[in-house]
Amino acid sequence: MKIYDGRYVISGLIVFIALATFPVWFNRGKVSPSPEPKLDTPAILEMVQKKCVLAKDEMRIGHMRLLDQWRTEVVRNGRRIYTGMDGKIHEMSFQNECLKCHSNKTTFCDTCHRYVGLSSSTPYCWTCHIAPREND
Amino acid sequence: MNFIISLMAVLALVVAAFLGIEAAGLSRVFGVAIPYAAFILLISGVVYRVLNWASSPVPFRIPTTAGQQKTLPWIKRDRFDNPCNKIEVLGRFIMEVLFFRSLFRNTRAEVDKGPTLYYQWEKWLWLGGLALHYSLLVIILRHLRFFAEPVPSFVPVLGGMDGFLQVGLPGIYVSDAVFMIAVTYLLLRRLIIPRIRYISIPADYLPLSLILAIGVTGILLRYFTRVDLLKVKQLAIGLINFQCVVPEGIGTLFYIHLFLVCTLIAYFPFSKLIHAGGIFFSPTMNLPNDSRMRRHVNPWDYPVEVQTYVEYEERFREKMIEAGLPVAKDIAAGGPAIYSLTKK
Amino acid sequence: MARLPKPSELGLDHALPKKGWMDTSVDFRSGTWSHPARAKNLEAVGFLNGREWSPANHDWKLPANWKRIVFEGIRERLEKFRSLRIFMDVCVRCGACADKCHFYLGSGDPKNMPVLRSELLRSIYRGEFTLAGKIMGRLAGARKLTESVVKEWFYYFFQCTECRRCSVFCPFGIDTAEITMIARELLNLLGLNIDWIAGSVANCYHTGNHLGIQPHAFKDMIDFFVDEIEAVSGVRIEPSFNRKGAEVLFITPSGDVFADPGTYTMMGYLMLFHEIGLDYTLSTYASEGGNFGMFTSHEMMKRLNSKMYAEARRLGVKWMLGGECGHMWRAVNQYMDTMNGPADFLEVPKSPVTGTVFENASSTKMVHIVEFTADLIKNGKLKLHSGRNNNLVMTYHDSCNTSRGMGFFEEPRYVIKSVCNNFYEMPRETIREQTFCCGSGSGLNNDEFIEMRMRGGLPRANAVRFVQERHGVNALSCICAIDRSALTTLMDYWVPGVSVYGVHELVGNALVMQGETERKTDLRGEPLPGTEAVEDEDI
Repeated sequence: MKIYDGRYVISGLIVFIALATFPVWFNRGKVSPSPEPKLDTPAILEMVQKKCVLAKDEMRIGHMRLLDQWRTEVVRNGRRIYTGMDGKIHEMSFQNECLKCHSNKTTFCDTCHRYVGLSSSTPYCWTCHIAPREND
Repeated sequence: MNFIISLMAVLALVVAAFLGIEAAGLSRVFGVAIPYAAFILLISGVVYRVLNWASSPVPFRIPTTAGQQKTLPWIKRDRFDNPCNKIEVLGRFIMEVLFFRSLFRNTRAEVDKGPTLYYQWEKWLWLGGLALHYSLLVIILRHLRFFAEPVPSFVPVLGGMDGFLQVGLPGIYVSDAVFMIAVTYLLLRRLIIPRIRYISIPADYLPLSLILAIGVTGILLRYFTRVDLLKVKQLAIGLINFQCVVPEGIGTLFYIHLFLVCTLIAYFPFSKLIHAGGIFFSPTMNLPNDSRMRRHVNPWDYPVEVQTYVEYEERFREKMIEAGLPVAKDIAAGGPAIYSLTKK
Repeated sequence: MARLPKPSELGLDHALPKKGWMDTSVDFRSGTWSHPARAKNLEAVGFLNGREWSPANHDWKLPANWKRIVFEGIRERLEKFRSLRIFMDVCVRCGACADKCHFYLGSGDPKNMPVLRSELLRSIYRGEFTLAGKIMGRLAGARKLTESVVKEWFYYFFQCTECRRCSVFCPFGIDTAEITMIARELLNLLGLNIDWIAGSVANCYHTGNHLGIQPHAFKDMIDFFVDEIEAVSGVRIEPSFNRKGAEVLFITPSGDVFADPGTYTMMGYLMLFHEIGLDYTLSTYASEGGNFGMFTSHEMMKRLNSKMYAEARRLGVKWMLGGECGHMWRAVNQYMDTMNGPADFLEVPKSPVTGTVFENASSTKMVHIVEFTADLIKNGKLKLHSGRNNNLVMTYHDSCNTSRGMGFFEEPRYVIKSVCNNFYEMPRETIREQTFCCGSGSGLNNDEFIEMRMRGGLPRANAVRFVQERHGVNALSCICAIDRSALTTLMDYWVPGVSVYGVHELVGNALVMQGETERKTDLRGEPLPGTEAVEDEDI
């Protein structure tokens, strides 16, 4: 089979294949393990029962909604009391409740957020809240 | 009817994926085997189609000229709509591929009593087409966050810009909204405008139904149900690096979304969607209008039978002499004919 | 000639049939199709399968192996023309072209939408040549080749004037003209041509022009024009024929020699050449600028076109000049050099009067008369008295082929505005690259096709009526021989009171010649406007 205008056709195909397989050669076969958020802050290590307000799996996919609910409750409705899954009472406060345990933004929040490609402004928790000081 | 057929086809795909995951537990098939197969079909299909086109030559230089040609130096010419060299053709192509120049010319003709014709403003098709293609591009680029590690820096930036409204949680992407509106518009115009419905075949509704379904499942995944993005990315990265892992519990809806996308990319080379590649080969667009300046060669040119001047004169010589027209062979002198042979 | 209803009785309905287009068959109504090619005209140039038949009959007497012929024909053309492969594969049926076709607008027949015209062939391509089409059938828009498909092809591919208007609007540049050209090639393989084309082709091949004017008659006609010119201007001009050693070979469509009002345009050329002292010759062998071979097959186009370069070589001229013609210029611009070149025996055209070198024709060595004249006027080489055309309120019809196959817009406008004082453009959607066909192009300017011609010409006529009502336009100029003849009929039908002029007729009227006597009439023998009080205007 003769190919006419081969120079253009072949370069076009190479560009197409290069674009279509971009992730393959971009990753270059590097297996990057999926991130493991660190749960080794002093506050957590001290806990007897290492439990968050909801189950781990639910927190993984639903923490952003929970935080959003909390914000609405606190800011709009002035309510600050949240009853967790086992009846435990929590204060609806990102700064005082969440960050008390998860004081390691870089090794907890950011690992996953970076992994799934969220932009620096999403989530926009940190446009109001002050990131915890971390000593590393 | 044509629309119903393609809608049924898409529903069948949804059901197939649903049953495949829920009843048969074929997550490895839907998560690994089918994506690979679809991707191979996409690449090999496109390569096949392109080489198939390229195997036929362009015998004649037939650009459609839509502007003033290059001529006398004091006449202003139109470089983009009537290119006369390769650089200008590139310009025409950029206008065409990035901005849908030709579609922008669109008008709507209406016939009134008389009969009188009117040409109305009609840019909706252009706008709808442009909106669909650009939102699709943004959506595809955004999805790179699942396929690349580390995520290329432009992806989060793009996502941030796309989500600038910061409405809802997760934030609404403008591209998602534009995409859904554009697809719906393009589908509705096929269904509602009688002329367009008349020319539409099932193969026109299928891609629209398919991308609509992909859009709906995508939106459900992002905004309504929940999906663990870490698991999704684990699966995607595994596919990319040929070290497949199928994490438990990603959810059936995700597999439906993935299966529809796989169907679309596998269908791409073998359907009208290949217009994306075909436009680059269109001889009315990709050639400069320079055939009076530079000779275009036809690779399969062959000699043809022609009537030569000699044959012509043989036939009309007497009449020509009588009318005082010059002839090459002087009958009276009986001399040899002096012909310049013209037969190729 | 088929009975033509009055404009008010013509009826125009854009309602769509209930049934899909694959389920409707052709109604061969008188006035909408052209007489089939007679066997002798096909045989005269070696085409096969010529026979006596009529589209109105049920039996078209197709050759026994007709399907095979069509399949082989399609396969061969897919391998030869990338355009065909692309145009068969990439259409998305977006519908942008649907209301761009003059035949659709004027007839309301949905299969005249460019998209469906192409689907007539595309559906067979899918059904017989692609795997998806073979498996999915109608779901993929595919169907099988049957005799009624061939009848449809004949009807609709001889209802396309290859004007390329649709291709300007198509996002992929799909050119229905290209599809029609190839479909007509396929039909021709089965002996299914129309006689208006086949007869012209046979004539052109054997006598040098479409009208079959023999050399002595050709000379007679020119001699007649010489007398006419003398009667109008008092100047006696002496054209030469088949003269070796002339600098320029001039070729124009034979319609200019034989059909009014093209004849006046011919007089205009002759007067101009005389006035500037051009060393030119006419040829009786290459006495046709047009090329009805183009409406038959690429091969036939090449066979007829070959005479131009052959004659230029034989006569030893330096370069060639071409008259006002539409499809001639598509052939010259896009095909001639490829088919019958290289023209290395000619020189790059250079105007002997102004010294301008026509770089844009440096390979074909053929210059358009309007470019040539525009250059003369721009350089102040012509004495023009545009007041002589003051009785004309002028508009200009862009010919399809020079517009969309060349991009020839400014030159004719410049010349017209130099010789006419009253000029108005038609609406933007109907001129330049968006120009509408006269409805009679591509070999369809025959009498029996008259109803479709008037329907197809409606959009053009309608635009003329617009400027007639708004500006009092009474004259329509053009640079195409078929236009000159077809638009005259069209104007009489839709827009009475508008006459049709070739651009060089207007030049001939305005041209102040050396030694001329005071002109009383224009070239048509009609009194000049305000002959009693004229002011000299030099341009």
